[in-house]
Amino acid sequence: METQTFPGRYESLAEISNFVKKFAKSNSFDGLALYTIETAVDEACSNIIEHAYGEENNGDINISIDFIDNGLVIIIKDRGKPFDPKKIKKPNLSDHLEEREAHGLGLYMMKQWMDEVHFEFKKQENVLTMIKYKDS
Amino acid sequence: MEISTTQYKRCDLVKVSGRIDSATAPQLQDEFNRIMNENRYRIVFNMESVDFISSAGLRVLISTQKTCKRYNRGELALTNLPTNIDAALDLAGFKALFNIYKSEIDAIGNI
Repeated sequence: METQTFPGRYESLAEISNFVKKFAKSNSFDGLALYTIETAVDEACSNIIEHAYGEENNGDINISIDFIDNGLVIIIKDRGKPFDPKKIKKPNLSDHLEEREAHGLGLYMMKQWMDEVHFEFKKQENVLTMIKYKDS
Repeated sequence: MEISTTQYKRCDLVKVSGRIDSATAPQLQDEFNRIMNENRYRIVFNMESVDFISSAGLRVLISTQKTCKRYNRGELALTNLPTNIDAALDLAGFKALFNIYKSEIDAIGNI
């Protein structure tokens, strides 16, 4: 398992991506599978900065990553406001341009592309657990 | 992320290399806005060297497309999509909202 803490600002996103991709690659994730992991982590961390912390530089993001039972397990923690995924509206995927708002897309992409996505709030922390199985 | 823009008679060609995420998406929006503020609404976006696009980047594409298409004055067309970027646009249901070309020449010729 590897763990690293990053400052909660958008500039950290590229560094976070490198950290996660390096571990995923070392466990033979590549191609689209690797890209889906990069997307889920990026969306999760962007949401933490924008919604849990409300703005940049308001707290840290702690990321642990492990490979267990053929699955890449990513645990992302923050100490911002409790996040309730039920409060995020489902995105409108209409073909009509004017109806599209493009909000809620991040969470939608995480759920579609990861095999498991769980949110918890415990000990004053948001704990997000995502799993991507090999060859899923 | 790096942005380069070439102005043609019939359209503007924008190329980006690197990641389009919450840190860099505002720069891309600024560049599209700069072009549209010159009353130029036919924009070809070559995504060949885009490594990654998050929902923040997708929001830039949608808002730019809405502005370009208003009053039928133009459009944002996409070209040279890498496989992963294509998959992201597909997942987000974006492929019905843009004309997507295989090559830059096709895109510039048809926009």
